[in-house]
Amino acid sequence: MRVRRVVPALALTLSAFALAACGSSGDESESGASGTPKPGSTITYWASNQGTSIEHDKQVLQPELDKFTQKTGIKVDLEVVPWSDLLNRILAATSSGKGPDVLNIGNTWSASLQATGAFVPVDDGLLAKVGGKDRFLPTPYAATGAEGKPPVGLPIYSAGYGLYYNKKMFAAAGLKPPATWEEMAETGKKLTGDGRWGLALEGASYTEGVHNAYILAKQYGADVFTKDGKPDFTSPGMVQGVKRYVELMSKDKIVNPSNAEYGQGTQALKDFATGKSAMLMWQASQGSLVSNGMNPDDIGVAPVPFPAAPPAGAPHVNSMVGGINISVFKDSDNKAGAAEFVAFMTSAEEQTILNKAYGSLPSVKDAYGDPAFQTENVKVFQKILAETATPMPQVAAESQFETLVGTAVKDLIADAASGKAVTDESVKSRLKEAQDKMAAAG
Amino acid sequence: MASTTIPEAPAENGTPGPGRARRARPRGRPKLSRAALPYILLAPAILLELLVHIIPMIVGIVMSFLKLTQFHIRHWTSAPGAGFDNYRLAVDFDGPIGRQLLDSFWVTVMFTVLVVGISWFLGMAGAILMQGAFRGRGILRALFLVPYALPVYTGVITFGFMFQRDTGLVNHVLVDQLHLMSDRPFWLIGGNSFWAMVVTAVWRTWPFAFLCLMAALQNIPRDVYEAAALDGAGVWQQIRRITLPMAAPVNRVVVLVLFLWTFNDFNTPYVLFGKSAPEEADLISIHIYQNSFVTWNFGTGSAMSVLLLLFLMAVTAVYLAFVRRKEKSDA
Repeated sequence: MRVRRVVPALALTLSAFALAACGSSGDESESGASGTPKPGSTITYWASNQGTSIEHDKQVLQPELDKFTQKTGIKVDLEVVPWSDLLNRILAATSSGKGPDVLNIGNTWSASLQATGAFVPVDDGLLAKVGGKDRFLPTPYAATGAEGKPPVGLPIYSAGYGLYYNKKMFAAAGLKPPATWEEMAETGKKLTGDGRWGLALEGASYTEGVHNAYILAKQYGADVFTKDGKPDFTSPGMVQGVKRYVELMSKDKIVNPSNAEYGQGTQALKDFATGKSAMLMWQASQGSLVSNGMNPDDIGVAPVPFPAAPPAGAPHVNSMVGGINISVFKDSDNKAGAAEFVAFMTSAEEQTILNKAYGSLPSVKDAYGDPAFQTENVKVFQKILAETATPMPQVAAESQFETLVGTAVKDLIADAASGKAVTDESVKSRLKEAQDKMAAAG
Repeated sequence: MASTTIPEAPAENGTPGPGRARRARPRGRPKLSRAALPYILLAPAILLELLVHIIPMIVGIVMSFLKLTQFHIRHWTSAPGAGFDNYRLAVDFDGPIGRQLLDSFWVTVMFTVLVVGISWFLGMAGAILMQGAFRGRGILRALFLVPYALPVYTGVITFGFMFQRDTGLVNHVLVDQLHLMSDRPFWLIGGNSFWAMVVTAVWRTWPFAFLCLMAALQNIPRDVYEAAALDGAGVWQQIRRITLPMAAPVNRVVVLVLFLWTFNDFNTPYVLFGKSAPEEADLISIHIYQNSFVTWNFGTGSAMSVLLLLFLMAVTAVYLAFVRRKEKSDA
């Protein structure tokens, strides 16, 4: 009992690693998507949780998978993996060589997972099968691996950050959605009061923290990583961007300090849906807002604000490229079937059906003809994704960056909530700590 | 490894009696098979012990000497050796990683002292109060055990909700009902998060102490108390002179187990705060989790785990030696 409890978190991987010693002797020379798929064979598919629940995902996916089986004769074993487990499951599969044939990955993990070598690179054969690279929107396609290396997946669901605003509240106050951070502060202040706040943030979620910090840092001209992939978190632009984000709470006071506790990934969204806040910076989530009780007519979307006077040379961006990629696992013994499935999932028809069901955006251009993607709100997101979105850094250390900088942002928001001053120095010292940790762990 | 104590074959059973000799038919090798029998019977247990405990531990130790990041987990045996680098990183208290590990260590020490102390005290008090017969004792006993019987996640997430700043029960009572504070305090971030975690852990832990100590107290014969009462000993004297000494053997085990559980507590901070706890409540196991899983640095995480293992083994050894010496001197 004693020893077993000593390394609780590690125990699981240890056994996975122990298995790995015998597990991953699989044939490495086997090439990607060649060969003909065998009807009657089976592939295993790990889907990420895109819907409102695991059950919802199964309801959405199963009819499509049945369609695939009917077409090709290949059966699909579906497992929907919750987000809290997905990365751990992928890592365990990577180390043991025992995993699914096809799986969904968060696109920000692309370069990190690419470095493990556990995924089949997308080669010309597979690209030809899915109809070529040009079918895909360029920004989501850029979030499939490090630059200059063959991608390790293809985008299937895309999303960007938009500024949701409550049309009714804005109309009542005679306001327009803010275009700059300065306007954001003003607008937010006018909407704050009587138990209502201008803006809701998921303050304790390090992923939300890092996404927003990254975008703002970019807006203020930071590069985040140097050309040779070294962390550069303490540049003036980075400090300014992160500070600007935290100041929404500490200086503008348009965010409820209690938001610093919000870490479940849905609390800020609920606040907005239930009228406790007038704005929300979030990825497309019309469906969740409505299911939380918001009147669809009140939901408005605008681009996330820009700085009024950005430094010269700073890119005109206001969103990261969010989304999900579909990848083939290298240890799969049915790569031909897997490739067939990837082609199916990226087809215009499936892209339309699935993205409509989930409220995300198709990653392929030929799916946008559907009227569901012609609504005003979707068009705003579409424009953001096409014109002003930038992928998260595609470097192998991306996941460390997300954790360390995201935690720094989370801590800064906690400081702001408890009334501690947020200054250039305090922001810089938190970021420096993150950078030192990253360098030390190298 | 304490879970599987390997029973030694009692020596007396080995002496061949006349009846046994007759039964051992195959004449050529009776001695050998009899000698081997205990080992054969133990073999599955030893094998499983190796598989479940020893091998993963060794794997963990090996990993702590590797530079194991995402580049190598697919073939982790081919990861480049790191020598003592991972350890150096973990104990370099001037560097950012070592300093935070040390901070986390002290937070954990404080947390453990408080939780074990309070849980033991509550458990002991509860057990003593439950000794006398009164109406509703059974119900109360069962009620006391509920936190222990509840799934960890359910219990802790409920506390998480209660500690929320705007909608939590704690602030509602403190601020809205009792007006003890004018401003709503935070319980899940900043310095208060430590106390929120202590309260939650005590709530979860003390029923175990209560359960064990109650069993221990029930073994103390009633007539000892009656004799003491006749001699004029009051309640406090009875507790001090009879209850505590007679429950001492159980106490020793309970305190050790509580210490090990609490020092390694992962669930409470994880459910309360998520993947990264506030600095003030950064317990060592969640700290290690963050340093290995979340940042994909399995070598460093393993090195920290090995250090933690060594520390707990050292504490346990010292504690057991101390207890044994005390037992001898008491005897």
